[in-house]
Amino acid sequence: MSELDRRRPESFFHDRYNVTPALMEQLLGDNLARRVDDADIYLEYRVNEELVLEESVVKKAARHVSQGAGVRAQSGARTGYAHTDDISIDNLTEAARQARAIADRASQSGTLAVGGRRRPHDLYTLVEAPVVTELARKLDLLRRVDAACRAADPRVKQVIVSLASEEVVMLIATASGFTVGDVRPLTRLNVTAIAEDGGKREIGSFGGGGRVPFDFYLEDERWKRFASEAARQAALKLGAVDAPAGAMTVVLGPGWPGILLHEAIGHGLEGDFNRKGVSAFSGRIGQKVASELVTVVDDGTMANRRGSLNVDDEGTPTGRTVLIENGILRGYLQDRLNARLMGMEPTGNGRRESFAHPPLPRMTNTFMLAGQDHPEDILGSVDRGLYAVSFGGGQVDITSGKFVFSASEAYLIENGKITRPVKGATLIGNGPDALTRVSRVGHDLALDEGVGTCGKDGQSVPVGVGLPTIRLDGMTVGGTAV
Amino acid sequence: MTQVNTDLLTSVLRRAAERGATAADGFLVEDTSFSASVRLGQVDTVTHSREQRLSLRVFAGRASAAASTSDLSRASLERVVDEATALARVTAEDPHAGLPDPASLIDHVPELELDDRQAAELTPEEKVEMARRAEAAALAVDPRITNSEGAECFDRRARYAYATSHGFARGYTTSSFGLTVSPVASQNGEMQRDSWYTTARRRRALEDAEAVGRTAAARALRRLGARKVKTTEVPIIFDPDTAASLIRSIAGAASGPSLYRRASFLLERLGSRVASPAVTIVDDGLIEAALGSRPFDGEGLPTRRTAIVREGVLETYLLDTYSARKLGLTSTHHASRDGAGVSVGTTNLMLLPGTDTPEALIRSVQSGLYVTELIGFGVNGVTGDYSRGAVGLWIENGQLAYPVEEVTVAGNLLEMFQRIEGIGNDLVLRDRTAAPTVKIARMVVAGH
Repeated sequence: MSELDRRRPESFFHDRYNVTPALMEQLLGDNLARRVDDADIYLEYRVNEELVLEESVVKKAARHVSQGAGVRAQSGARTGYAHTDDISIDNLTEAARQARAIADRASQSGTLAVGGRRRPHDLYTLVEAPVVTELARKLDLLRRVDAACRAADPRVKQVIVSLASEEVVMLIATASGFTVGDVRPLTRLNVTAIAEDGGKREIGSFGGGGRVPFDFYLEDERWKRFASEAARQAALKLGAVDAPAGAMTVVLGPGWPGILLHEAIGHGLEGDFNRKGVSAFSGRIGQKVASELVTVVDDGTMANRRGSLNVDDEGTPTGRTVLIENGILRGYLQDRLNARLMGMEPTGNGRRESFAHPPLPRMTNTFMLAGQDHPEDILGSVDRGLYAVSFGGGQVDITSGKFVFSASEAYLIENGKITRPVKGATLIGNGPDALTRVSRVGHDLALDEGVGTCGKDGQSVPVGVGLPTIRLDGMTVGGTAV
Repeated sequence: MTQVNTDLLTSVLRRAAERGATAADGFLVEDTSFSASVRLGQVDTVTHSREQRLSLRVFAGRASAAASTSDLSRASLERVVDEATALARVTAEDPHAGLPDPASLIDHVPELELDDRQAAELTPEEKVEMARRAEAAALAVDPRITNSEGAECFDRRARYAYATSHGFARGYTTSSFGLTVSPVASQNGEMQRDSWYTTARRRRALEDAEAVGRTAAARALRRLGARKVKTTEVPIIFDPDTAASLIRSIAGAASGPSLYRRASFLLERLGSRVASPAVTIVDDGLIEAALGSRPFDGEGLPTRRTAIVREGVLETYLLDTYSARKLGLTSTHHASRDGAGVSVGTTNLMLLPGTDTPEALIRSVQSGLYVTELIGFGVNGVTGDYSRGAVGLWIENGQLAYPVEEVTVAGNLLEMFQRIEGIGNDLVLRDRTAAPTVKIARMVVAGH
């Protein structure tokens, strides 16, 4: 890959598969344009590399290549999608025929979707993509992380370090007459530590990354911090007490606890659920859904972030969408299909896992804007509660609005002070009212380190979240101590 | 798609040997699938797909590397082989790495009826119609079924081939069919969704489309009027689907990689009591026409029936060749192949049934929770600590009384399995993992 012109997806697909933008546009014109409401052809080439160090030796070194094309045709709310992993004009023509077969009825609106009016961004042009960085340097880093993690705490008995690097080259031609491509680097370093003490065992994990070069891990010895955080978390949990059960005040720390926003409101504001009227937020734009301290945005335009994109997977440049402004619900996250059907503008949130999947409205980087309070004042305001600073994962039922997210590092707050660490507990809430419980917002907004992956309809995409320290009153904590 | 062609794999392995690999194995999956979804009677999305992936594992002495590609052109395959052999040379020697003993590889591939060659190919229109009938049946059940996330009909045909540099090459083909319906019920401003599905290797084994729709509707309707309950410690009954998720956690903790990493709550428990004597958990890969069946595992070893837990005692771990050697044991033929290499996976995983009817189990509870859905990822595989969001029905005086939501159920998996008080007689192998209804003596329910 390195020998190819990395800036030019158009020439990449031409050189490799002899498919040019002109051919793609001709294929769209002959088969799809004017017969359907929207159509596109998406080409993708992906290389990823996975290195895993375990028991201080390289356990896995793997390299994967995947390629393919997806052709989509839409009429009204109908979508025909066909994909193939053999990119050739013959296969693309056959895929277009299959996609059209389903959408090729009398068009309902007769108009094509609006194309992207903004220019694509340039958020992650790298001098050296992480997939092409020399293997020896990567393996050396993994060994250093392993040693640092073991050195951080004598109770650490097992360390698993993984480094995943990826590059995706995509090119999309749409029926509204534009072709746009993108080259997307992505990398993530993850450290898992298992600590043991007197027959007890616990796990800690930490990591980060983004659309950044390999050297990102070396800056400010970031790798060392990942290693020591994983060790610290595992060792800390060895001494954790049972988490409390029941409703109480919860303080969330900055950064990754922003997963609250992703589950509590983000998914419920995706266009497809709202167009279908199956979201707990359906029809609630303009209504108060959060405390006036709360402003939440989804921003795909942040340089080098894991959730960022120059253009989404439908070719629409990404943007910054205000979801909640001072407590009032302002906007939805839209792909082209749902924007067209709802009479709204696409927001650059049409994303797909790969060429094998049709795009869906998805989040990019979702976070709450900073408030005024000092974090220590927020903690100091709580008599008895839970302080949660790190989480595993979360899930939401879009229709009922109920969501959960599981703490992996949390403490009791007693008389305004952080006291004992508690075992992992799941927090549960109701999306439309969870953010009305926000009573304090800190000035310390932080984005996560670059580890998030979001799943929807069987499709995984990288995302980011962010949060300042916040206080939530009356959240249900699912521990075992009654 | 009935012929399995192993020539491509064989030629790739030959090139690996030429490039200096001392041993290698490869897995090739090719599949074609189709899905049609309908929403409120209208076609929503129709997807045709064709995918293929060749994954390769090469050894340079005791060092190994993996690579995979979906590009099966000659140039791409050559590049993949070269990259994998180059990678293997830079990874460290591992005394436990290597292929299984050739003598233990499968000799004769049994006919497990995994490929429904008799099934007539339905046209896309007929599949759309099947989804439409299922959704229409759901919408007709009750006026409170007011909306739908749709119904989807899908089918998939796949070919699998496995070969090693020792000259072994075998393959098999499969088919699968399915239908799923997701209606939305509403009442007084409250909305609830639920779903039901059927899936099988033979088309004729699918549940009737209308019946699937009606079950989905009944599941959504019974959630209307859901409330939160007070935080309490009570008996919990898991319905068959949620009980199946509990045994998946046991299988995960019993898998070789979790054990040699010392990241499992079943560490050092082989041969000891890990559950109530009522509990027997079996993995059986040889059930005819079952979704989890396969003639051989991801390393060419013949599949078999394995009791993981027998009458409460942990009898075996689930191992591939590598994790077995690490632990000083032998493979239990549970290697599974993914793009990234070899891991451990179950086939048809089942908690064997007891004698109680599900109704009798519910009747035995004065006050407790009947769980029908679990959300979130609050399971710690290292400690067994368990805390998940739950949806279900409150049990009062032995009767299902009212729906419950926005609560969590929490405990520790080892304690939960020890505290199993009753197992239903209602095991149905309707997916790769299945369990009957399960009653646990007590767990903490957190609400308000």
